[in-house]
Amino acid sequence: MSEIFNFADYGQLLALVHNSIAAGAVLGLVGGLISVFVMMRDMPFAVHSISELSFAGASGALLFGANVVLGSLTGSILAALVIGLLGSRARDRNSAIGVLMPFGLGLGVLFLALYKGRSANKFGLLTGQIVAVDTPQLSWLLVTSAVVLIGLVVVWRPLAFASTDPEQAAARGVPVAALSSVFMVLLGLTVAMSVQIVGALLVLSVVCTPAAAAMRVTASPVLVTALSVVFAVGSVVGGILLALGSTIPISPYVTTISFLIYVACRIIGARRTVAREA
Amino acid sequence: MLELVDAGLAYGSRHLWSGLSLRVSPGEFVAVLGANGSGKTSLVRAILGLQPLSEGTVRVTDGIGYVPQQRRILPLTPLRARDVVGQGLDGHRWGFGRSAGRAARIAAALEAVDAAELADRPVGLLSGGEQQRVRVAQALVAGPRLLLCDEPLLSLDLRSQRTVTALVDRRRREAGTAVLFVTHEINPVLPYVDRVLYLAGGRFRVGTVDEVFTSQTLSDLYGVPVEVVTVKDRILVAGIPQAHHE
Repeated sequence: MSEIFNFADYGQLLALVHNSIAAGAVLGLVGGLISVFVMMRDMPFAVHSISELSFAGASGALLFGANVVLGSLTGSILAALVIGLLGSRARDRNSAIGVLMPFGLGLGVLFLALYKGRSANKFGLLTGQIVAVDTPQLSWLLVTSAVVLIGLVVVWRPLAFASTDPEQAAARGVPVAALSSVFMVLLGLTVAMSVQIVGALLVLSVVCTPAAAAMRVTASPVLVTALSVVFAVGSVVGGILLALGSTIPISPYVTTISFLIYVACRIIGARRTVAREA
Repeated sequence: MLELVDAGLAYGSRHLWSGLSLRVSPGEFVAVLGANGSGKTSLVRAILGLQPLSEGTVRVTDGIGYVPQQRRILPLTPLRARDVVGQGLDGHRWGFGRSAGRAARIAAALEAVDAAELADRPVGLLSGGEQQRVRVAQALVAGPRLLLCDEPLLSLDLRSQRTVTALVDRRRREAGTAVLFVTHEINPVLPYVDRVLYLAGGRFRVGTVDEVFTSQTLSDLYGVPVEVVTVKDRILVAGIPQAHHE
């Protein structure tokens, strides 16, 4: 156990990784907000597919010596837009997404196999590398987050309407199709950000689980949103802080905290529905 | 409130209906009937501006309330009944601004459909009938002058059907809201309906229930013998050819 956990030099470590903690907090905020819409629109599967394509883009960039962040962004926004064009009905979407996903992952594996550089870079894209967040990466993260946050503030209400009741929203003049594309771009940006930090395979723990957990305990839209952000920030920042004193990477901590929050919410939520029916 | 002049709708070479002229006055309750695929829902979509007419014109008042087909709202939907009604008020607006008196208007709309006690309940956990009452409140909260109902009774039990139709009727009496009510069954709306628009086989007939629901008229519309019988205030129609599903 002492080899896994060692908090002796914790203070010094903390000073070294304040960038990562800031990055984690920002990702938690954006991920928590986006996940509310991911759940409303029934899109967890699509998110996973976008993150695989984002991984393909990032590993392609790694191989060709381009900017990895840019590659990751390109992959995820392309995938998001394609999925957006596939239509809003989950049934139409899912089979196409199931086709897209292994293709993206395969492409990424191919690029990594051809890449001759440091192998830590390879693994990080799949499972996360947050300790390595440097200042340029952080500023990129902050700019992307700002874009997503501003976008969300502007479209929040009509997007929520279109996500929960597209027919009625269209009847009231909400541009449902255009909003869907806008949302897919915002989602693509968020996923690309998450891939950089928690890795392509674990994006859902930041972009789906928080709202899925919150929706188990309340139906108030404001409370769902607030809880989702708290859960996401809690799992990412909590995961980073725990990982600091250990030799294990960050991702398992993030995913485990996120999962435990979800389980707790399900247990609390089960009581709530039973009480209501009684 | 609503005026259709020589309106027609076609998808490619397939004509749903044409030459349709209809004026709906304030407080009038018009039922739209017809077989599956006769273009009832397309008519609603054309009035909402979601479907361009292939001929003729539609003129319609500002402020349309819309009650869609009953479709179950998923259990985990993060909305309470009051939030669903609120969407009818300002769900289409950008940003976060809220008008003064918003909460009071939502409460009044829920009160008007006898659903005040549902306000804080998760809408996904309500019964089908309760959800549909909330949808009526959502359609009415912004004070529409025309209410479009597209098969709002589908898959509701008899009691909920009566509640929903009575609520719609109360609204048009109290506020003079014109009502266009699409339904595949005339009997639930029989006590309230002023006129009927019957669509069948690319043609249509407009008139009172007594004028439209005769063996003669429906036989003409469908082009085959159709029998209309009235039994204890219920209208029974026999012999309507089954719609061919494409």
